[in-house]
Amino acid sequence: MALLTLSSPHAKGPQRTSVMMRWVIAMTLPGLLMQTLFFGWGNLHNVLWCTLVAVICEASILKIRKRPIAFYLNDYSAIVTAVLLGLALPPFAPWWVSLVATAFAIIFAKHIYGGMGYNPFNPAMVGYALVLVSFPVAMTTNWATPLSLVDQPASFLDTLQIIWGQVPAQSSMVDALTGATPLDTYKHEIAHSLSETVLENPIFGTGFSLGWEWVNAAFLAGGLVLLALKVIPWQTPVGLLAGLAIPSLLLGHDADQTTPLVIHLTSGATMLAAFFIATDPVTSCTTTRGRLVYGFGIGLLTYIIRNHGSYPDAIAFSVLLMNFAAPFIDVYTQPRTYGYIDAKRGPKAKEAKEKN
Amino acid sequence: MSTSTPSKIIPTRTLYDFHGGIHPEEMKSLSNQTAITQAPLPPKLILPLQQHIGNPSLVIVEIGQRVLKGEKLADADGKISVALHAPTSGIIDCIVDHPIAHPSGQSAPCIILIPDGKDEWCELNPCEHFEHLSVSEIQNKVRESGIAGMGGAGFPTEVKLHPPHQDKVATLILNAAECEPYITADDRLIRERAEEVVQGMEIMAYALQPGECLIGIEDNKPEAIAALREAVKETQIEVCVIPTKYPSGGEKQLIKILTDKEVPNGQIPADISVMCQNVGTAAAVYRAIRFGEPLISRITTLTGEAIQQPGNVEVLLGTPIDWLLSQYGYQESKAQRLIKGGPMMGYTLTHPHTPIVKTSNCILAPTHKDLPLPPLAQACIRCGLCAQACPAELLPQQLYWFSRSQEYDKAEHHNLFDCIECGACSYVCPSAIPLVQHYRHAKGEIKQLKLDQQKSDQARERFEARQFRLDREKSEKEAKRKARAEAAAKAQAAKKAAESAKPVEASQNTKEQVDTKKASIQAALERNQAKKAVQAPETKAQAKVEPIDIEALETAWDKAQAKLDKMHDALENAIVNTPEQVEKLTRAVEKNQVRVNQAKQAWEQAYKLETTAPVPAQKETISTKPDESKPDAPKPDINALKVAQEKAQSKLDKMQDALDNAQPEQVEKLTRAVDKNKVRVQAAEQALNEASQAETSQDGKN
Repeated sequence: MALLTLSSPHAKGPQRTSVMMRWVIAMTLPGLLMQTLFFGWGNLHNVLWCTLVAVICEASILKIRKRPIAFYLNDYSAIVTAVLLGLALPPFAPWWVSLVATAFAIIFAKHIYGGMGYNPFNPAMVGYALVLVSFPVAMTTNWATPLSLVDQPASFLDTLQIIWGQVPAQSSMVDALTGATPLDTYKHEIAHSLSETVLENPIFGTGFSLGWEWVNAAFLAGGLVLLALKVIPWQTPVGLLAGLAIPSLLLGHDADQTTPLVIHLTSGATMLAAFFIATDPVTSCTTTRGRLVYGFGIGLLTYIIRNHGSYPDAIAFSVLLMNFAAPFIDVYTQPRTYGYIDAKRGPKAKEAKEKN
Repeated sequence: MSTSTPSKIIPTRTLYDFHGGIHPEEMKSLSNQTAITQAPLPPKLILPLQQHIGNPSLVIVEIGQRVLKGEKLADADGKISVALHAPTSGIIDCIVDHPIAHPSGQSAPCIILIPDGKDEWCELNPCEHFEHLSVSEIQNKVRESGIAGMGGAGFPTEVKLHPPHQDKVATLILNAAECEPYITADDRLIRERAEEVVQGMEIMAYALQPGECLIGIEDNKPEAIAALREAVKETQIEVCVIPTKYPSGGEKQLIKILTDKEVPNGQIPADISVMCQNVGTAAAVYRAIRFGEPLISRITTLTGEAIQQPGNVEVLLGTPIDWLLSQYGYQESKAQRLIKGGPMMGYTLTHPHTPIVKTSNCILAPTHKDLPLPPLAQACIRCGLCAQACPAELLPQQLYWFSRSQEYDKAEHHNLFDCIECGACSYVCPSAIPLVQHYRHAKGEIKQLKLDQQKSDQARERFEARQFRLDREKSEKEAKRKARAEAAAKAQAAKKAAESAKPVEASQNTKEQVDTKKASIQAALERNQAKKAVQAPETKAQAKVEPIDIEALETAWDKAQAKLDKMHDALENAIVNTPEQVEKLTRAVEKNQVRVNQAKQAWEQAYKLETTAPVPAQKETISTKPDESKPDAPKPDINALKVAQEKAQSKLDKMQDALDNAQPEQVEKLTRAVDKNKVRVQAAEQALNEASQAETSQDGKN
């Protein structure tokens, strides 16, 4: 048998991309479970529907691009995008909203750029932003009211019928099942009420956000497991939460004027974004210091848009805006290499003096 | 130097950490369970002339010569080089290009030695107490023993025994980390021969006089640590146990761990006053000084599941690897590849029939299960695990992107050349991208680009210089042409003026115009003088012109004389044999005689011209040069004229002697020469008299 001639190194560690992606998917399941428990079947259906659409779209595009389909599908990146979209979109969003979001994300936000690893923007967030802007009514009126506040919770079949358009959107059934999110409610109510009055709304449960608090807690738990497994770096989530918390503490400490920090953290897609969306490695910064800046930027933008913008939950836009900035941040946050005194920051930094 | 009680409290030294690093499976138990065995004598030894960094050694033996064990086969060549010795007694078979263990698979000059089985040592030069030797003696002995760094780099050890820049070495470090998986050579060496290692370090310390001596060893070698601690009890050496992490055995990383100093970019450890040596090198130094044994063998780990009897062997340098493996149960069918070195930084061997050299610390023969083929590379997901693992704190994913897109200047800006190619980044990459290969390729491309740039710079410089030279020549030619034109115009004017101003000289001229040659000679002289006067009043230049003319005239005279002699002979012949030609020949003889006389005269006059200083006040009859050609001629140098006269006199005397002693056929020639010299002497005397007269008259005036 002829001896192989290969180049060093000859040993390979156990880390694999598909393994990392599968862990990410697995760690969203607690959150998904909480969503199903508190808000019904909508999210589960959307996750499955988006996954189907994503796999079909990716396979078709790979065929058009003449790439080996199994090899590329096996890195699970399309499924991660689909799962994140399914979790983020409103539970009662029509089927065509999910379809457009997922198809656009896979085809235009990922494969047109060259596939996994080459896209500058987070595909899930591109899809989300597209449908948010294109179908504003569908995206704002289809949030589910917590099941405990509903007299007749929708069964799985009912949910299917609503999503697949068998039941008209203006019907009383849909009206009973859907409602504003806590963030939305607080933002609009606090303009003409005091904090105590607003918080009396049953949607806030025990002072946090009914149902949403559990969802966010579950995503936080999943995210911590990912941190422990070293699948995601800690700088991005910490940066994001700091970027949200610090302005909120400094500027929004008066609960009578703006949404308090505790509502920020327990409501909306905060934890999902911190641990699953912003940590998408392809579109975030590569340097460790850069990740802190990147995460902080997302948190800060989220705070600003939530408080002063017209969208209740601003994760998608914040992430996309910071995706723009990530390469620039990378150039200016290079680490100091062994044997140099200073890091070479900037595109054409002068030669650093040697460390002696 | 070492005085301490046996029960010394071992101080715990603060250890630092380097960035990154990985923890691959160690796989050390495969080969470190058994003691070092002696490899048998192979049938052939292949000894490359370069087993070290620096110049290859120079062969000093001949083909067919019988050499003894330890006899020097090749000398060190230059400052960075080591000698090569015979690992056993035998006959030098040949000195040829033979494939060597190298990633490229190339051949290199090797000495092929056929052992005779007797294993006879040559005369050795042991020394029981190295303290009795001077430092330079020790350095020489190490160099002559052919010791190079045995950890894998092969840098000549003697060079490292000189303190850098005449400063003191602050820290001497022995590298016993052995961080690569599978390799256990240093581990077993320390376990069995810790004394030798420590003594070797003492010798190095004696040469370098360092501030402190440290041995860095990983904590996965407890028996070796115990052996070392025992061996250093009576010394000032400190054993530092460092956490197991790859690549803590890298020189730069080990220095950082033990001293928290970083080797600055582009410099060597000596520049920060640190020296790093391998434990195997230390043991070799000990054997060289204590027993006088040159470096002829080393400990090599043979490991991998394709070898039935893995372990460490003490093997003679030059042993063919395939023969060595066959002695230890190598199963070719199971082997997937043969690696020289470890799995992280070792390279595959293309020809197993290559020799063990001074830097071969491990031969790894893994099966498919040991080291499976790497999976297909996927796209980079920019996860940053590589940057987290990099011990040099680089950004491997950026380097990868730049290497692929061939943006080499950006890659260099991101410190590509600080990559030590340890392989930690490739090890952790989830997409199984062969990162280190990309960096090697990029480094090669950048070096090639720099070479090309250098070449093109040189070519451009040469081109520009040539252009400059051509332009300069052109402008010089232009200037000369102009000057010549002006000179011709002036000469014309001068000629006209001369002709109208001197009627006396004109009559003289008519008399001499019979002699056409004389006139042309003098016209030439005039032209020369006019030219020189216009360009610059350089009498030296004028003096230069005239000797050339004198020599030409002399040769002309000789030629004419020779022709006359020939004619004489012909005439005599004719008188005897062909009387009808006598009249013709007689006339020819007369003509030639006239020619000879004319030539002689011309020469005499020219000679007088040279030796006579051109004084404006004097009007010399033979000289028809216009006076205004020398407006500011210098005064005659009396001393120079005296010297000239004496020279001419001595030459005349010589000629007279020659004439007296001459053979009959040379008499005529010599007679002519004597006459010539007589004329010269007369002319010189005349010149001298005139000059002295002029001076006295001048002095009188003043």
